[in-house]
Amino acid sequence: MIRSEVIKSIVPVIADHLVVCNIGLPSQELFMHDDRPSNFYMLGTMGLASSIGLGLALAQKAKVVAIDGDGSILTNLGTLPTIANNVADNFVLLIIDNGSYGSTGDQPTYAGKKTSLAEVARACGCENVVECAAQDTADVLKAALDAGRMTVIVSKCRSGNVPVSVIELDPGVIRHRFMQEIARRNR
Amino acid sequence: MTIHEDIVESLARNRVGFVTTVPCKQLAGVIGLLEHDDRFLHVPSNKEDEGMGLCAGAFMGGKRAAIIMQNTAIGVTINALATLIQYYNIPLPMLISYRGEVGEKVACQVEMAVHTKALLAQLAIPTYHFHRAGDVGDLDGILAHCFMAKKPVAILMDASFWGGAK
Repeated sequence: MIRSEVIKSIVPVIADHLVVCNIGLPSQELFMHDDRPSNFYMLGTMGLASSIGLGLALAQKAKVVAIDGDGSILTNLGTLPTIANNVADNFVLLIIDNGSYGSTGDQPTYAGKKTSLAEVARACGCENVVECAAQDTADVLKAALDAGRMTVIVSKCRSGNVPVSVIELDPGVIRHRFMQEIARRNR
Repeated sequence: MTIHEDIVESLARNRVGFVTTVPCKQLAGVIGLLEHDDRFLHVPSNKEDEGMGLCAGAFMGGKRAAIIMQNTAIGVTINALATLIQYYNIPLPMLISYRGEVGEKVACQVEMAVHTKALLAQLAIPTYHFHRAGDVGDLDGILAHCFMAKKPVAILMDASFWGGAK
C-alpha cells in the first residue's frame, strides 16, 4: 500500500474524530477521500501537525488523531519528547512512514534508512508505540482510539503518490468550521 | 507584586489558559510561576516553532494560548508565523525576552537583537517594547488587542525592563 491507500483505509476509523492532517499530499488525499469539518488541513508549515494535534488534545476532551509523515516528524523531532512528557489520552499520533518525502518527489528520508521512528519515540519516553504494516493501520488505529490511551503509531508503507488536486478552501474557513465542530463536541 | 507576578496575573486576567515556553535567563521567574499555577496548562516546548504549533492547537481547542520565548528564536518561527498563525488568523501573544539590548553581557546576543524589530516589522506583527518596569501596565491592553485582532503580537522585554541593565 502507498500513503493514499492507507489514508483511504482509515477514513471509517477517523470519521468521528478530530483530525489534524499534515501538509501537502496527505491533506489533499484526505480532502479527496472524505472532507469533513472535523478535519484540519495544514496548507503550510511542515512538521507541526503533531504539535497542533497535541495542543488540541490537551486543551479539550474530544479524541484527536494527528496524521503525520516520517519526513515531517524528522523535521520536528523535538515533538516526540514533548508528546511523551505531556500525556493526553485522547491523542493518537499516526505517522505514515513511507520512507520518503512524498510531496516533494519521493526523495528518501532517514526513516527509510537506518532510523526507526518507533524506536526514537520509545527512547523519547512515549509509552504506547506500535509499528505496523500498512494494511493493519486501520485496525491498530481503531484499537488505540478505543483504548483511550495516548498512542504513537508508525505505519510502514511504500512510497508513491496518486494525482490529487490542491485544496481550495480558505484557511479561515478550515479553521472556523473546525473550531465550530470542536465546540459542538465539547458542549 | 514582582514584575514576574504582574505578567502572570495579566495573562490570567486575559483568560490565557495555555502557555508554552522555551527558557531564557530573564524569563526564569515567569516560567517558574507558571509551572506551579493551576490557572495555566504549561507545556514547555523544545523549539519555538513547535511551541507555535502547540498554541495553534490549544487555541482551536478553546484555550487562549501564549508563547514565552527569547528573541534569538525569531528566525526559526518565521514560517510558522506566516503559514500557520497569520494564515489561519490565530491570535498569539509572544512574550519575548529581548536579549542583546543595553545591559547585555554576552556580545553574541546583540547579533540577533539588531535584527529583531526588523524581522517583526517585515512580518507586519504589532510589536511593543517594554523598557521600564512600569511598562508592564500596558500588557492587559496588548493582550486584549491581540485576541480581538486574531493576530500574533510581540512584546519585547529588554534588560532594563527586567531590572538588569546598569
